[in-house]
Amino acid sequence: MAVDRQAVLAWLESLHRVYAENRDFLTELDSAIGDADHGINMDRGFSAVKAAMDADAPPGLGPVFQTVANVLIRTVGGAAGPLYGTFFLRAAAACGEQPELTPAGVVALFQAGVEGVRQRGKAEPGDKTMLDALVPAAAAMRQELNGNGSLEQILQAGAAAAEAGMLSTIPMQARKGRASYLGPRSVGHQDPGATSAWLLVRAAAAAWLGKTE
Amino acid sequence: MKKLINAPEDAVRDSLAGLALAHMDVLRVFLSPLYVVRLDAPVQGKAGVISGGGSGHEPMHGGYVGKGMLDAACPGQVFTSPTPDQIEAATLAVNGGAGVLHIVKNYSGDIMNFEMAAELCQAKGVEVRSVVVQDDVAVENSLYTAGRRGVGTTVLAEKICGAAAERRYDLPRLEALCRRVCENGRSMGMALAPCTVPAAGRPTFQLGEDEMEMGIGIHGEPGRERVPVMSAREVAERLSEAVLADLPFREGDRVIAMVNGMGGTPLMELYIVYHELARLLKGKGIAIARRLVGNYITSLEMAGCSITLLRADDEMISLWDDPVMTPGLRWGV
Repeated sequence: MAVDRQAVLAWLESLHRVYAENRDFLTELDSAIGDADHGINMDRGFSAVKAAMDADAPPGLGPVFQTVANVLIRTVGGAAGPLYGTFFLRAAAACGEQPELTPAGVVALFQAGVEGVRQRGKAEPGDKTMLDALVPAAAAMRQELNGNGSLEQILQAGAAAAEAGMLSTIPMQARKGRASYLGPRSVGHQDPGATSAWLLVRAAAAAWLGKTE
Repeated sequence: MKKLINAPEDAVRDSLAGLALAHMDVLRVFLSPLYVVRLDAPVQGKAGVISGGGSGHEPMHGGYVGKGMLDAACPGQVFTSPTPDQIEAATLAVNGGAGVLHIVKNYSGDIMNFEMAAELCQAKGVEVRSVVVQDDVAVENSLYTAGRRGVGTTVLAEKICGAAAERRYDLPRLEALCRRVCENGRSMGMALAPCTVPAAGRPTFQLGEDEMEMGIGIHGEPGRERVPVMSAREVAERLSEAVLADLPFREGDRVIAMVNGMGGTPLMELYIVYHELARLLKGKGIAIARRLVGNYITSLEMAGCSITLLRADDEMISLWDDPVMTPGLRWGV
């Protein structure tokens, strides 16, 4: 079981749908502790990704992710643009020239992407950011892989860990991003970045399991 | 939501098209990627000064493009940082061979996007120096926050550094001056009513009839503390005391003072606040050398104000007095 270019394009297509559907939800989360634009920005970015892929999707996995990165960096703005852009830049590098991803390749992609987000944002788990969903997701995927888990088990473990990580941001006090300006008032709210990160991982699981089942 | 717009997604571009038409003697607007640039850029031999950030803070930053202030400004979507391609294009457009100073407000998005752009420009051989404005005393500066927000001092830094670049300060000297301005400027703001981001369609937070929000930023985000509405005198006291204690400002200091409206506050009220501020500072032996009272760094239609004080030396005051010709500030020309 492997993830090929068609599966990657299906993931991107579903991300466009997922962020459009969750646009108001993410923006609502962001209005509680941020500046009420996260859903709007993610929707704009992945609409542009869809337009770019519909117009001219590059032939290989690496170039597809490279294009996604460039489009997100250009269209999303805010902190999410450079952060998700860096995720896909590193994903592109992790794919290299591979025509398709083995389970190990999928795990390597997520680990590289998450490490990129950590470096660009200079944040750590516990800061109430995207990383609270992404770091546990990548770790859970690695653990399943090391235990000879199937692609299905890897993706499901990643999505479950991302969801738990997202929920773990609720009692946290933010230390990065605009939510940190609220101090203790950021406690009790789910982080919008961790939420959009969970959607990203969950959509990969849904798109790729649908394909490989 | 009631706004004078055509469509939420067109608001930023439509507004910049109007800015370009209204001020065609001063600046031009490039649409793709989006940036505002002074008419005579690049000025050979002069270090460029650029800034940028989310839209919705007008006249900042596009309204400060022109001779004596910014060479270019990069507007993002409303309250959203501009993207690296915009900042790169603006930097290359104003580089007159003496490098470019980026004045960046301390927000995670702005920092990351300017950082990516600076890397791209440096790869093309253009020297870029960046100074981060972080003057909002409402935010505790500690390891536990993203650091203080950049607010009112940005306007003063853009004016002073723009004048210095016009006098042909080289890039390192310009950078040092900008850091000095940032180190000596402090601000704090409050809101009586929130604002509505056009694309969101709803107010960014709710305030009761009898409530106000102290320590707000400029992106419609709530502040640190919600309190019962106070008089202008009490508000001026609360804001200025937090600002004064932080630097701290001392008896004998000379300051450039700004009483800034958040976009939805009548000038009448801003002058009331300025009157209170002037009285308070006089009582403390602090002299207001220069001042601005008006809407300079706004948050759409938010009602409220902010107070910025900059401890100014002779050089800053002299640069402040230099001619400036922009849509938002214009004197001496």
